[in-house]
Amino acid sequence: MTDAAQQDLDILRQTVRRAAREKIAPVAAEIDEAEEFNREVEALCWDLGLLTMTLPPECGGWEGNQTNALCTAVEEIAKVCASSALLLIIQAVGLFPILHGGVKELLDRMIPMIRNRRLLAAYLVTEPGAGSDVAAIRTRAVKDGAGWRISGTKCFATNGSVAGLYSVLARSSEGRGHNGLSFFMIERNSPGLSIGKIERKLGQRGSNTAEVILDNVWVPENQLLGEEGRGFVLAMQDFDMSRPAIAAQALGIGEGALEQMVRYAADRRTFGKPLADHQMIQAMIADAGIQIEAARGLVYRSARACDEGRRNTKLASMAKCFASDAAMKITTDAIQVMGGYGYTKDFPVERMFRDAKLTQIFEGANQIQRMVIAREIMKEMT
Amino acid sequence: MFTLAEEQQLVLDTVRRMVKNEIEPLAKELDEQAAFPKHAMHLFAENGLLNALLPEKYGGSELPILTFIMVLEEISRVCASTALLLIAQADGMLPILHGGSEALKEKFLPRLAAGSTLLTAFAATEPSAGSDLAAMKTRAKKMGDVYVVNGRKCFITNGALADIMVLYAYTDPEKGSRGISAFVVEKGTPGLSYGKNESKMGMRGSVNSELFFDEMEIPACNLIGNEGEGLKNLLHTLSVNRLFCGAQAVGISQGALDQAIAFARERVQFGKPIAALAPIQFMVADMAAATESARLLCYQAAHHFDTGEFEQGALKGGMAKFTASDTAMRVTTDAVQIMGGYGYMKDFPVERMMRDAKLTQIYTGTNQITRLVAGRSLLKG
Repeated sequence: MTDAAQQDLDILRQTVRRAAREKIAPVAAEIDEAEEFNREVEALCWDLGLLTMTLPPECGGWEGNQTNALCTAVEEIAKVCASSALLLIIQAVGLFPILHGGVKELLDRMIPMIRNRRLLAAYLVTEPGAGSDVAAIRTRAVKDGAGWRISGTKCFATNGSVAGLYSVLARSSEGRGHNGLSFFMIERNSPGLSIGKIERKLGQRGSNTAEVILDNVWVPENQLLGEEGRGFVLAMQDFDMSRPAIAAQALGIGEGALEQMVRYAADRRTFGKPLADHQMIQAMIADAGIQIEAARGLVYRSARACDEGRRNTKLASMAKCFASDAAMKITTDAIQVMGGYGYTKDFPVERMFRDAKLTQIFEGANQIQRMVIAREIMKEMT
Repeated sequence: MFTLAEEQQLVLDTVRRMVKNEIEPLAKELDEQAAFPKHAMHLFAENGLLNALLPEKYGGSELPILTFIMVLEEISRVCASTALLLIAQADGMLPILHGGSEALKEKFLPRLAAGSTLLTAFAATEPSAGSDLAAMKTRAKKMGDVYVVNGRKCFITNGALADIMVLYAYTDPEKGSRGISAFVVEKGTPGLSYGKNESKMGMRGSVNSELFFDEMEIPACNLIGNEGEGLKNLLHTLSVNRLFCGAQAVGISQGALDQAIAFARERVQFGKPIAALAPIQFMVADMAAATESARLLCYQAAHHFDTGEFEQGALKGGMAKFTASDTAMRVTTDAVQIMGGYGYMKDFPVERMMRDAKLTQIYTGTNQITRLVAGRSLLKG
């Protein structure tokens, strides 16, 4: 990376950090409590260009290092509000199949629309019977005239009911397992698309998670994203970008919790001295620090590899798995350091603890990440 | 090793029925609404559990500690908050039982006899005195035949609901921790007022209150034991109480494990139930092994208490507390993991169990303090 590019990233980090502290941190508790998608935070992210980062640079996207820039912004926002950081990730994840699979005609129509109408994207892959096992997808796409008819139920879709655009993974041919899946773009106002249940979650409650029901939704041929039957491959490429971003979110949550823990330990006095002077507390702070620095290394190494077009599957999974396990441990410890106070809603660490758990689950549960990592390592060594 | 007498088995059978029919169906609602388990209070009163540890001579059930922790475990399996009601009730009774004069016991304990729904509380924690209880600031000054109390307490379970409360305060700050004394305070005493009930992450079906004492007068005869015996009395209660927290944590673990196993058998991915996948089998095996170990440690400690070996009971009860609560935290986190996106949603109880589990690492002495106590006891010459 050039010095100039690094400088741009540093400026991005400072800008987002300031905005997150000033505008998002004050509403984070309220967003969680109300369990509502926050339109003001969304507007702020549009204003700062954070929801168009992965568009082509000539269309308002970040110039080079897009994954790195995405991770930087996500990390800074996640320090104060993981739900708000998730908005950026899902925008990038949902747009990925469109930007990397859409034909020119579609992109020429959609990119200006995304920017001008500020459209959010959602990623419809998971189904009630297809979580970690993507090949079990039942949503079907059947050729119909000059397009496709799509039917099925998608669940746990982040931004499900607030998105303007959907990237949908559906089975376009039977009996071909992974190779029978294709991505399609569906617009919100398409006849046959409806929103089902809005989920109530343990954490990341400010993000909207919904069921999206597709009942004979028709899309023209040019809304097929990438080649037919190559949807799974596109999904895997998307993961190479999204897993570093989820890892960055987990990293931010961990950093936010460490900051809270340190501040409290410095202020709180027990047994005649600050809590921070007790060795047991120092050990917990040290462990959190070690994990954060190690996670940071993995996050940005995997992001750089993605930006440089190098195969980063192993690093991306390692980053996601390590950073999310770290976030879970650090937030659990942060509540511990803060004792009864940490357990109440008066401090943000209990929210961070609840938010952290999701990072171990989504974008591939950590059990799946370990399988991917092992497979990649064994491939490298044989 | 731990065979139950017929009578104990009977208690457990009753509790299991109660848990299934009356407690489990309301667990979600209690959590959602942060409501006090009033229905359970009545059930417990009717079934002799609200005074489980009260000696028979005062009209209590006088259950062995082992039976009591098994009861706590059964309830915690579906609703830890409801079990906390019984734990708080024991906490408020034990200091009087342990340290009170016969006259004091006669004055208060019969009120808690068979069928009574009176609640008790244990008021020690203050905003600046958590782990460091000797840092408490509440003062009780003797003025003739009353003590005048000024100060405040926080995070007191059932504080605002208790009819009888055990209060710790300094009678002689000059003497350091030997200047702390324990008192019985009755609801409605002038000068006693209630602040906010805490809004918590978990165990939301329990009430945690702030208490304020403003020139509150309590009869001098409500002193538990002698002046200056407060800390000793407090530590004595905590020694027993930690085991209850441990049993509660074992129950939470078992409940989460039950859920994870049921889900893993049903959930099909990659063409077979996830129960057939090795990583899931490993997680379940670890969860079960840790839960069983914690459970046996709890039973061992209970056995010591029941056979009069208090010191061994306190040591192993402390170890049971941090072992079981650390286990509960890990097991519930893993249960959510096994259940994936579903586990993270409010439609299943494991996310609640994970929130509830966290408190067991904190209350009745954080696991750091509990380890210190155990370590010191093992290392002393």
